[in-house]
Amino acid sequence: MATLDLSAAVSPGLRRRRRKQRLTILAFLSPWLLGTGLLFLYPLASTVYFSFEHYDQINPPTWVGLRNWSYVFTEYAGFWPAMRNTLWLVVVMVSLRVVFGLGIGLLVTNLKTGSKLFRTVFYLPFLAPPVAATIAFAFLLNPGNGAVNTLLGHLHLGQPGWFTDEHWAKPGLTALALWGIGDLMVIFMAALLDVSREQYEAASLDGAHALQRFRYVTLPTIRPIILFAVVTGIVQTMQYYTQAIIAGKVASGVVDSPGTSFEPGYPHGSTLTLPQLVYSLGFQHFDTGSACVVALVLFALAMAFTALLMRRGSGLLGEED
Amino acid sequence: MASTTAPLRTVPAPAAPAVRRRPRSRQQTLQWVALHSLAVGLALLFVLPFVFLLLTSLMTDRQALTTDLWPRHWRFANYVDVFHASGFLTWWKNSLEYAVLGTLLTLLSSIPVAYALARFRFRMRRLALMVVVATMMLPPQVVIIPMYLVWAKQFHLNGTLWPLIIPMAFGDAYSIFLLRQFLLTIPQEYLDAARVDGCGELRTLLRVVLPMAKPAIVAVGLFQFFYCWNDYFGPQVYASENPGAWTLSYGLESFKGAHHANWNLTMAATLLVMAPVVVLFFFAQKAFVEGVTLTGVKG
Repeated sequence: MATLDLSAAVSPGLRRRRRKQRLTILAFLSPWLLGTGLLFLYPLASTVYFSFEHYDQINPPTWVGLRNWSYVFTEYAGFWPAMRNTLWLVVVMVSLRVVFGLGIGLLVTNLKTGSKLFRTVFYLPFLAPPVAATIAFAFLLNPGNGAVNTLLGHLHLGQPGWFTDEHWAKPGLTALALWGIGDLMVIFMAALLDVSREQYEAASLDGAHALQRFRYVTLPTIRPIILFAVVTGIVQTMQYYTQAIIAGKVASGVVDSPGTSFEPGYPHGSTLTLPQLVYSLGFQHFDTGSACVVALVLFALAMAFTALLMRRGSGLLGEED
Repeated sequence: MASTTAPLRTVPAPAAPAVRRRPRSRQQTLQWVALHSLAVGLALLFVLPFVFLLLTSLMTDRQALTTDLWPRHWRFANYVDVFHASGFLTWWKNSLEYAVLGTLLTLLSSIPVAYALARFRFRMRRLALMVVVATMMLPPQVVIIPMYLVWAKQFHLNGTLWPLIIPMAFGDAYSIFLLRQFLLTIPQEYLDAARVDGCGELRTLLRVVLPMAKPAIVAVGLFQFFYCWNDYFGPQVYASENPGAWTLSYGLESFKGAHHANWNLTMAATLLVMAPVVVLFFFAQKAFVEGVTLTGVKG
């Protein structure tokens, strides 16, 4: 790599080469530089600006200062439930997904026979389009004639109201998220295969049993991957949208064309999340300012966790960068 | 398993396992049985939703409303009805257009950026990387409102999928990040050799790097394809007012709404939306798995 040595006095030839090199770099980066400006920085700045305006997308906007902010935080009924749901999903869904993903990864890497077949089986649901998967789950879990409750009935077990009972809606969504564990399984499998066999053998010779080997050999090696899975999981869960809105729509039985009158969160606001609030405020109620406030709360939360991933030594960007 | 790093061991290597062979092999059999029964049980749980979907999709609409799990009459005509009863072919065409154009534009714009971030040293490189990761992690809802206003009010492109396709010509953070992770692993010697042979950066990228990065490019392309194919939020925001621009993911939801009592048709439609994804997976299994692996950092 042509490194730039800035210390020495440079000949005109070298300077020309350097300028050419700089132009090359700019040329290579140009699509993304434009994109960052037009599709990230500009709309982000606009979101901040709109959060101080009252704008119904028809009449010209008017400046209202912090009114949208105080409205969202103190008066608007949807905000805190959406926050609480998001927090619930982050804590329960993310931790279960990481534990389950690691468990399946461990299981599959230790299988002696048919491991390829099992890997495929565990991976496939991850690929199911979210809308299709959610409609399928809402059907299979529906309390009246869904296959799951029918089977639970045959086993003389309780038959929860899944997506119709506010206490069971989020667990239902969590079951759906666990079904789509394939991505985490693959990431953990790759990490587990990287753990050195010699360390395992050395630990065995020292008399460590399986649990100790996991605790003292496996876990320290895969710690960066666990951190990665937790942080990306948190950020993904903050974006949680499609599954929650579809489950609510299917379970509530709205029959109108989508995107019109369905208020997300069914039942009783239990599946309302921040991204749905942005959509509902911005595109159903045309309250642009309040929608932008919620969007910025979402942004602040997501970036706080992303910062964790970008810390030096977390391994994501590589040590030398 | 010949251990190469055992200078302290005075006993010859094969002797150590010999002591434990007998008890260990019984334990291993037990372990084999335990692990495989666990795997079979879990695999059943993972497969059952697909099985129930398939069975329901073959029932009559009356039976699909009952608690029956097994079709009494196998009604394969449901799959034909799905196509008759909806804009399925239009949605299919729109999804394909969105996914194919989106993927091509993403690759075209993201590859040079990933190459620059992986291979050039420049001031602000770390900052650039941080911005890539930040945009990768950015919930799309954060910037949707100004974006919508621009596309709808300035360009009058609401009711089409163009507001979703055009931005992909400006690089996609997730693809840039994955490609960069892969390009970092290409040994510097190859690039130096190309340079000695008088290749410019562009030629080096096209002739040397691209052929070596083929698996990563395929993986990123597939991911982008499925991102578009599965996208619900984007089409909901931009295309909902115009049924002619609906995609499969979006249309499926309205199909469910319009046929709310016909679970058999809904399940047939659902399987038809899942099918292309599953078929592509069996053709490109390796690329998928490699792609996901690239996401994770090296431990």
